[in-house]
Amino acid sequence: MTLVQILSRKKYKIRLNLFAFFGSKGEDSGKSELAYEDIEEKGWLGEYRIYDLIFTKGVSMESIIEQFINGLRSGSIYALIALGYTMVYGIAKMINFAHGDIIMVGAYVLYVSITDFKMPVIAAVIFTIAICALLGIFIEKVAYKPLRKAPPLAVLITAIGVSYLLQSVAQLIFTANSITFKSIINLEAVHIGGITIPGITIVTLVVTSVCMIALTLFINKTKMGSAMRAVSEDKAAAQLMGINVNRTISVTFAIGSALAAVAGIMFICQFQSIKPTLGALPGIKAFVAAVLGGIGSVPGAMLGGVLLGVIESLSKAYLSTELSDAIVFGVLVIVLLVKPSGLLGKNRIEKV
Amino acid sequence: MKKTFKKVVSLGLLGALVVASLAGCGTKNTGAGDGTFLIGGLGPLTGAAASYGISVKQGAEVAIEEINAAGGVKVGDTSLQLKLQFEDDEADGDTASAAYNTLMDKGIQALLGTVTSGAGLAIADQTNADGILQITPSGSAKDLTKNPNAFRLCFTDPLQGETMAKYAVETLGLKKVALLYNNSDDYSTGVAEAFESKVKELGGEVVAKEAFVTDAVDFTTQLTSIKGTDAQIIFAPVYYQDAAYITTQASELGMTLPFIGSDGWDGVLDKVVDKKVLEGAVFLSPFLATDPDTAVQSFVTKYKEKYNATPDQFAADGYDTVYVIKAALEKAGKTDSKDLIKAMTEIEVKGLTGTVTFDASGEPNKGAKFVEIKNGEYASKTVE
Repeated sequence: MTLVQILSRKKYKIRLNLFAFFGSKGEDSGKSELAYEDIEEKGWLGEYRIYDLIFTKGVSMESIIEQFINGLRSGSIYALIALGYTMVYGIAKMINFAHGDIIMVGAYVLYVSITDFKMPVIAAVIFTIAICALLGIFIEKVAYKPLRKAPPLAVLITAIGVSYLLQSVAQLIFTANSITFKSIINLEAVHIGGITIPGITIVTLVVTSVCMIALTLFINKTKMGSAMRAVSEDKAAAQLMGINVNRTISVTFAIGSALAAVAGIMFICQFQSIKPTLGALPGIKAFVAAVLGGIGSVPGAMLGGVLLGVIESLSKAYLSTELSDAIVFGVLVIVLLVKPSGLLGKNRIEKV
Repeated sequence: MKKTFKKVVSLGLLGALVVASLAGCGTKNTGAGDGTFLIGGLGPLTGAAASYGISVKQGAEVAIEEINAAGGVKVGDTSLQLKLQFEDDEADGDTASAAYNTLMDKGIQALLGTVTSGAGLAIADQTNADGILQITPSGSAKDLTKNPNAFRLCFTDPLQGETMAKYAVETLGLKKVALLYNNSDDYSTGVAEAFESKVKELGGEVVAKEAFVTDAVDFTTQLTSIKGTDAQIIFAPVYYQDAAYITTQASELGMTLPFIGSDGWDGVLDKVVDKKVLEGAVFLSPFLATDPDTAVQSFVTKYKEKYNATPDQFAADGYDTVYVIKAALEKAGKTDSKDLIKAMTEIEVKGLTGTVTFDASGEPNKGAKFVEIKNGEYASKTVE
């Protein structure tokens, strides 16, 4: 049976059975059960799950597609956050470890503006994005700008310090207890065949795609975009050409933080719960995504984010939940071994 | 000059220390003689687990007040008044050991504690060497009762798993179950493993076994995997925050499978936005403050009056443990720990967390109490 045939039978639960692949149905069950028991007894972790998947359980095509969409959703959020890392790295040559916590700030600002200020949804979203963009500029001016000539390590430690500061301030104001938050996106789930796609997933995919397209256009088609590319290539030369480097860096932080705010909004609409440390894990994952795609490269961050999300989701689903993070980082290690600059790292023209 | 001053001060402090420790010796082994029975309590009153210790202490105090007001405990021919001496162990082994020594110096005659497992394991051999009756109200680690002097009031983790397995397979008749648990957490893993083996033993099948790690927020992958199987019910032995994420995301994915959980689910209603996602979920909880039972309501009223708070399961555990000690005293007719330990296996106590007897291994035998979420509220559920 060819893959096309398998795909065309997606209405049914297909047994992805090795014997079925070679067309000898019927005589498989005994053998595969035996082998399955054998492997299960030996307790191979990941391996037996693959075996399990292919030989005995049978996995429906719907399930695979749904898992893929899950991966796309979390991947597109990673990509959105990774863009902030990669843009800042491209321009300021620093890893802004406080970036993940901007997501958290965005989540709390949205919560406060809707619950306490009773703002309409659209106004609250714009307000949230604006606050985060301003916060990004403010952090750069206060914490990073004075260190522009300092060794990279000093800047790195400062960034980690800012990250802790943001978390602690949030904890002081809102306490460490999680707050439940009713999603502002109420879109019914869509059913296509046997596949269910939750409304929030569709919104996330649309919003992140729009953001990424807009950003690409901005970088390639506008004057400020050209300035950003110029600064990332050669700061001194750009300055000589009359580009305001400080302003360009501020705009970069503003855009990066605004994207993080969008990610934060998507994040709490998805999980409906806010706590001071919520930005830490997505922040780290997005950083990995940025490195995977090639830090400094905008398309690289998008590719890296989506790839990371899909790998994570599929390995959690079909290999091992326990090992999914190990697999994700394993992929990163392999990519970096083969191509130390990341997947799209050498793409200098697109570098921001 | 300065040096001499330091010497004098340190000598003075040393002297004070010697006097203090001698004073400690002097008060040792008071107790039965003056018509009181002194119960020592050990649990965290400060630190991250403080709420557990404070609840147990307050629950125990309510019980002691009740008993003393009703004339105390009749031991042999005399009536004894109960007294509680509670020390803070910060849920830490070393602190617990020091605090236990303090209690022994004060002459405690039975030990209500420890509240948490880690602290209890650290002093288990010490209490056994002293031969004192020890009852842990809420420590669920298996080894807490390994010594003959130690008993437990609450369910162990494995017992919870077995109970829920029986509920799914036997009571509900659902043989294909899915398991979703936190594999970086002892409690969750312990309950999950016991559940899995019991399900198999009862002829059921765990068709999906999905794990996550602490602080995970995204359960869609695991839930989608479960959705792709022919599971009829999902068992999630997790804490309430995880349970909130799981049930909400399951509903978003259009899943309608029933959920069952462990006692970590207590509190889940406050963590979901839409209470409908929890409708019909069933979990174990030894105590429910909204239980209409008269004994429970009388306890809740007294507790609220005294502490201005609603009692939780730890408070009920503390309360019941005092009544267990009372029953052991009455049965033994003596106050020696040796006799009390012997009496422990012969008593039956009707407590807030159920009617309990103890076996020689120190484990409680009591019926499980089920809670069902109905119309967005916790409701107790009777299971045959």
